[in-house]
Amino acid sequence: MLKILKYSSFDLMRSRWSYVYFLFYLLLGFVLLFLNNNVSKAVITLMNIIIVIVPLIGTIFGVMYYYNSREFTILLLAQPLKRSTIFLGQYIGLSISLSISLLLGLGIPFIFYGIFESAAIWDFSSLLITGVFLTFIFVALSINIALSNENRIKGFGFAILMWLFLAVIYDGIFLISLMIFNDYPLDKFSLIATMTNPIDLSRILILLKLDISALLGYTGAVFQKFFGTGLGVIISFSVLILWVLIPAWLIVVKSGRKDF
Amino acid sequence: MINISNLHKNFGKVVVLRGIDLEIKKGGIFAILGPNGSGKTTLIKSILGMVIPDSGKIAVNNHSVLKEWSYRDNINYLPQIADFPNNLSVKELIKMIKNLRGKTASDSELIEILGLKPFLDKKLGNLSGGTRQKVNLVLCFMFDSELLILDEPTTGLDPVSLIQLKKIIRQEKKIGKTIIITTHIMSFVEEMADEIVFLLDGNIYFKGTIEQLQIKTEQKNLEHAIANILTLENA
Repeated sequence: MLKILKYSSFDLMRSRWSYVYFLFYLLLGFVLLFLNNNVSKAVITLMNIIIVIVPLIGTIFGVMYYYNSREFTILLLAQPLKRSTIFLGQYIGLSISLSISLLLGLGIPFIFYGIFESAAIWDFSSLLITGVFLTFIFVALSINIALSNENRIKGFGFAILMWLFLAVIYDGIFLISLMIFNDYPLDKFSLIATMTNPIDLSRILILLKLDISALLGYTGAVFQKFFGTGLGVIISFSVLILWVLIPAWLIVVKSGRKDF
Repeated sequence: MINISNLHKNFGKVVVLRGIDLEIKKGGIFAILGPNGSGKTTLIKSILGMVIPDSGKIAVNNHSVLKEWSYRDNINYLPQIADFPNNLSVKELIKMIKNLRGKTASDSELIEILGLKPFLDKKLGNLSGGTRQKVNLVLCFMFDSELLILDEPTTGLDPVSLIQLKKIIRQEKKIGKTIIITTHIMSFVEEMADEIVFLLDGNIYFKGTIEQLQIKTEQKNLEHAIANILTLENA
């Protein structure tokens, strides 16, 4: 699997898109720091962008990479390799190279700005860690969609819809249901609803880390009570890990049954 | 070498293979023929484990191949469409496949024969169709395996390369390899094949030597013999 992983990351590192992605983050980092002139504030702005952009990029790259490397995959399938090796190798290779673009693109401007001497170093690193998690999650989800759809246009459409749902529509439904069921105790419901969407979960994790949960009012207090504890952090990170493992496992199952 | 029994495969509502029974003995060149959509590629891909059959058995060297992967170490496959990662150069691709297989390879010889040397440092995305097919051929023939499966090997090749290809195939046959070829070019079949298998609508319509087919259809020319089968079927 390491060989496949190496080759797919190598292949991606050479494609123009990895550089575009890297440069985008580089530019974003510098602009934010320039405008905010304050590392902590820049981290908060960055969070709002990362939480939406990283899943989108992961989704698009996942689908695009799968469809583009189809012929290469077929070449690999004829070699003495296990199917799970091929697909997991490609998945991890893609996720790693996207994560590297993210880490370097954002890391470089913040290092220049002196993140290591700043108190925001932990906030910043938790931001990057969630960014990496979101990359792995959304690449896996989109590869699953691509595996189930032979038609590229359909695959792309479904993948974008999935992103739109998790990044925007889910929150809308969530808020509406909070309003409708206002008379009932909703803290458990909102906790669970947050856990079942990786984007919301990441957002809450970062917000609490940034210690601005007071802004969230009563719900914020409930969340702080849950996520602020050691157990809460462990549970939420386990849920993030599950969000990676389950789609990755589905990739293995789906690819094992597919005809090429 | 290969034993296939009662092989069925549907793609959705389309029935592609309807209970194929086929035995391919070790050594020699077998041509799998049939009209478009008769299931040639599906049959080949089932042997390779790329298509998962609905039912039936496939054994290579008496070992079932379903859900297995290590048996492919002894198979060289030439895919029908020669498409590769566009960001790699020819040299890198060859190196990579060699690295993945971990077998000794005779790639430099083949590169010489097929005249690929000037293209070694070029990106695969910039190559013409014929040159890609040559790269495809190098990747397929560079390893020493008992079984070779060639899906439309002549696609896009110029006459000089076609002669080289025939030479390579004959050489492989000489040293006792089993070679399975699908093609639509009947002159190629007449020249190369020891035995042919004719697929029609997912069944084996005929299996035997070219002479036997000619006797069966009372046609002297192979092309006409095949055409004869098809018109008889449609009549």
